[in-house]
Amino acid sequence: MSTIALHDEHSHDHADHGHHKETLISKYIFSMDHKMIAKQFLITGIIMAVIAMGLSILFRIQLAWPDQNFPFLETFLGKWAEGGRIKPDFYLALVTIHGTIMVFFVLTAGLSGTFSNLLIPLQIGARDMASPFLNMLSYWFFFMACVIMMSSFFIQTGPASGGWTVYPPLSVVAKAMPGSGLGMTLWLVSMVLFVASSLMGGINYVSTILNMRTKGMDLWKMPLTIWAFFLTAILGILSFPVLVAGVVLMVFDRSFGTSFYLSDIVMGTDILPNEGGSPILWQHLFWFLGHPEVYIVIMPALGISSEVISVNARKPIFGYHAMVYSLIGITVLSFIVWGHHMFVTGMNPLLGGVFMITTLIIAVPSAVKTFNYLATLWRGNIRFTPAMLFAIGLVSFFISGGLTGIFLGNASLDINLHDTYFVVAHFHLVMGSAAIFGMLAGVYHWFPKMFGRMMNPKLGYLHFWLTFIAAYLVFFPLHFLGLDGVPRRYYAFTEFEFMKKWLTVNVFVTWAAIMAALAQVAFLFNFFYSIFKGKVSPQNPWESNTLEWTAPVEHLHGNWPGEIPTVYRWPYDYSKPGHDADFIPQTVPFSQTMSSNLPHDFEGNAEAEKIQQDWELANPVTENKG
Amino acid sequence: MSLRKFITNKTTAALAVLITAFANTSVFAQDAAAGAAAAPKVDMGEVYKSVIFYILVFLAVCLFIAIIGKALKVYELSREAQGKPVGINWNRVHASLFALFLVIGLYGVYWEYTVHGSMLLPDAASEHGKKIDRMFNLTLIITTIVFVATHILLFGFSYVYKYSAKRKAYYYPHNNTIEKIWTIVPALVLTVLVLMGFLTWRSIFFKVEDPNNKPLQIEVTSEQFKWSIRYPGADGIVGNKNYKLTTASNTLGIDFKDVNSRDDEMADEMVLPVGKPVKLILTSKDVIHSFYMPHFRVQLNTVPGMRTIFEFTPTKTTAEMQQETNDPNFKYLFYCAKICGSGHYNMQKVVRVVSEAEYKTWIAEQKTYLNDDLRKQFNLPVAPAPVKSVADSAAKDTAAVKTNQVALNK
Repeated sequence: MSTIALHDEHSHDHADHGHHKETLISKYIFSMDHKMIAKQFLITGIIMAVIAMGLSILFRIQLAWPDQNFPFLETFLGKWAEGGRIKPDFYLALVTIHGTIMVFFVLTAGLSGTFSNLLIPLQIGARDMASPFLNMLSYWFFFMACVIMMSSFFIQTGPASGGWTVYPPLSVVAKAMPGSGLGMTLWLVSMVLFVASSLMGGINYVSTILNMRTKGMDLWKMPLTIWAFFLTAILGILSFPVLVAGVVLMVFDRSFGTSFYLSDIVMGTDILPNEGGSPILWQHLFWFLGHPEVYIVIMPALGISSEVISVNARKPIFGYHAMVYSLIGITVLSFIVWGHHMFVTGMNPLLGGVFMITTLIIAVPSAVKTFNYLATLWRGNIRFTPAMLFAIGLVSFFISGGLTGIFLGNASLDINLHDTYFVVAHFHLVMGSAAIFGMLAGVYHWFPKMFGRMMNPKLGYLHFWLTFIAAYLVFFPLHFLGLDGVPRRYYAFTEFEFMKKWLTVNVFVTWAAIMAALAQVAFLFNFFYSIFKGKVSPQNPWESNTLEWTAPVEHLHGNWPGEIPTVYRWPYDYSKPGHDADFIPQTVPFSQTMSSNLPHDFEGNAEAEKIQQDWELANPVTENKG
Repeated sequence: MSLRKFITNKTTAALAVLITAFANTSVFAQDAAAGAAAAPKVDMGEVYKSVIFYILVFLAVCLFIAIIGKALKVYELSREAQGKPVGINWNRVHASLFALFLVIGLYGVYWEYTVHGSMLLPDAASEHGKKIDRMFNLTLIITTIVFVATHILLFGFSYVYKYSAKRKAYYYPHNNTIEKIWTIVPALVLTVLVLMGFLTWRSIFFKVEDPNNKPLQIEVTSEQFKWSIRYPGADGIVGNKNYKLTTASNTLGIDFKDVNSRDDEMADEMVLPVGKPVKLILTSKDVIHSFYMPHFRVQLNTVPGMRTIFEFTPTKTTAEMQQETNDPNFKYLFYCAKICGSGHYNMQKVVRVVSEAEYKTWIAEQKTYLNDDLRKQFNLPVAPAPVKSVADSAAKDTAAVKTNQVALNK
């Protein structure tokens, strides 16, 4: 708490002359201000997302027209698309890097990094993160990870191409595929930096939330966004180190001749000396992170959508406590479900049964969240801002993708669905669509907070409808390919008679994907244009209750001029009967809202209840409440 | 102050864009240069023309959208100038679009279920596959009901409760009873699914061997990018192998010191007698592959250094399936489902399910892995091998125990 007091003194007069001189570099590049770091994360995340989306269009083109040449591709890709046709190895590199970038760089760093950094201090009422320096390092480690990952496109043998899960021995034995040479080394280095970045971020988020909440902001008054970021950070802190352990062992296997993951391997007739390891070990280590990782991806998106839906439905989020408990449930359970990625890897079938049980249990808190969203919309007064549209889109995708998860979580059904397009469709609905929609909802909602300007809503509408429709057109048909037994990561469907009937579907899906990609131009233009030319934002554009909207539009180091506001109430007092406006910010004390206070608000404080009763006796209700 | 902020935002954005974009994309420029220098065989003029054409089309679309945007703005401004209420009620537009999306979307789902749904795998051709199919259908029914119901609620609420300035939302923060119901009901439904799934899973992987109907052992070895099939020969046991024995003539590393190996037979396709249990012993030489045989609902990874085992019973012959699917060219297949390198997309073999009699004639024609070269290597007599000797069948039981132990140890 003492740090906060110190900061207070500084920031009083900060706006006038500043207590330390800021140069261009300290302000824009090596910034330690959480708002600036959030912007850095967001813009880097958006750029990485555009790159990864571009990669996906490349391999979609290959899937749709496997027999056709596109000489233009050669112009871009050189020897990897000789004669205008993508090579099988490069195809695998494309899917690998697409997955890696999307999962780690966009949906982990781009999503958590942006919104945790922006919102944690602003919504809990802190001047900055607990450790601004660590925060800065976190961004720069992330940035280096991005650059190293992309640099693997420069090298002769190409990027890592063993799938984003980089299962050994494929990824360890350099002879197995060209991408397992230097490209894989870069992948591992990039991943270590990325995990370091994630951990620095995560530790910061947790310590900030636990120690630096403003007066009155007890845990049960935190917005659901903060709960989501908090639990996400805990998940990351506990699971990412396991990935690093796995990665280090892999580096040893690749470079120093150890045999953690290798045993009994013959490449052609070349007998490798490794003995005693097991490739399954990597899968355990990887998925021990990998599964919590998908919740690291979705939970912040769920937090953001809870907030956005509540604000725009002008209604308290239904079942706030249930929402928090279901997040906690998901957090705990997500540590004991990793085996469902390994039902058919040869893991002991007994384990498969156990992991199936834990996996299907995790559907319960997810279902509770969905129903609570629906109940929040019920009898709301819904404003369809672009953020709200994306939040509703998220709920739809979360339902669709969640339900297909029930098939895959069932070990018996997974036998025939494992590693088919059904899986691709499933996780693109939950991660590729729902989580991205959560991120976009967040961008539209908090853009005014980040840049002090509004985005153009009409372009936002266009962006939403095109993306929403295109995403369903892309991913819905893919389920059926999977149900027909078409495996994922196939370079072409030309070698199997039965897959030929899906070629037309592939063409259709590719066109839908191109449409989705072009729709993002509407977003990118809107985003970058509005940074400079958007309408100047009012202080509280969405009439929201949370603390960040009490901070001035002008950014200043320390967030609030003068004292940090005190919090008196939970963040979801929307449309409270008896109050004239349909929202009551968290900073409004109950003494100013006597006409709308409910007995429940006082949490058993007898004195306050007494005051309220006296007031009600003195001011009998004349009009019907509600 | 505003200038300062302007610089803040602009510079941040510009710097971030520049740095990241430069660092990340100059690769393409390099390769473009390399590619252009390497092979300018195609008439690039045409290519550029078509690329420019598509870019122009896209720009025209953008222009069109911009014009519509401007028109909307002018319309709204003129409404405002005339003092009339705001031009377009976007809340109503979106609410209607959601309703429309619901209707069209549900029809789309129906269309997908019926059209693409009829292009799927035929009914399972194995005993356990029928159980899996039953489970699948049950899960599909439950999830479809939930899917449709929740979407009707989601988009229905979006439509009905669109914004109106006259109305205030209903302050309804929680209701413990309802919340308990929708925690418990999904939990119960999932319990049913879990139990069924668990029992099915157990029945697939924990089979009690019937001594009168011993399964046919077949070993499948994967490598980049092909499969090798090994039939057990007359003794019914697939012999030991050791990867260290791998040579150009003994590509699987079969240990012919083990008598059980000597009669093991190679096959180009997998032929199975209908109605007889089959025990697949799956191994891999190099990287992880996945043995995927979807018509029989069989999949298991092949892992180097580890034997994985899947037991199943085919119930329909290829001929029966050809009739059932009305496709005289129908073939059962198995192929690779785990990313394994550049040839991953073409790693398949044909499976033929035939009658017991047909199987017997077919298997009699197959050659053994052991040939004269290998006999020399393993110091075995180069004579017609006494594969069907009494000694072998006597060794059978002890060897079976031995293989099991090997399997356990690995």
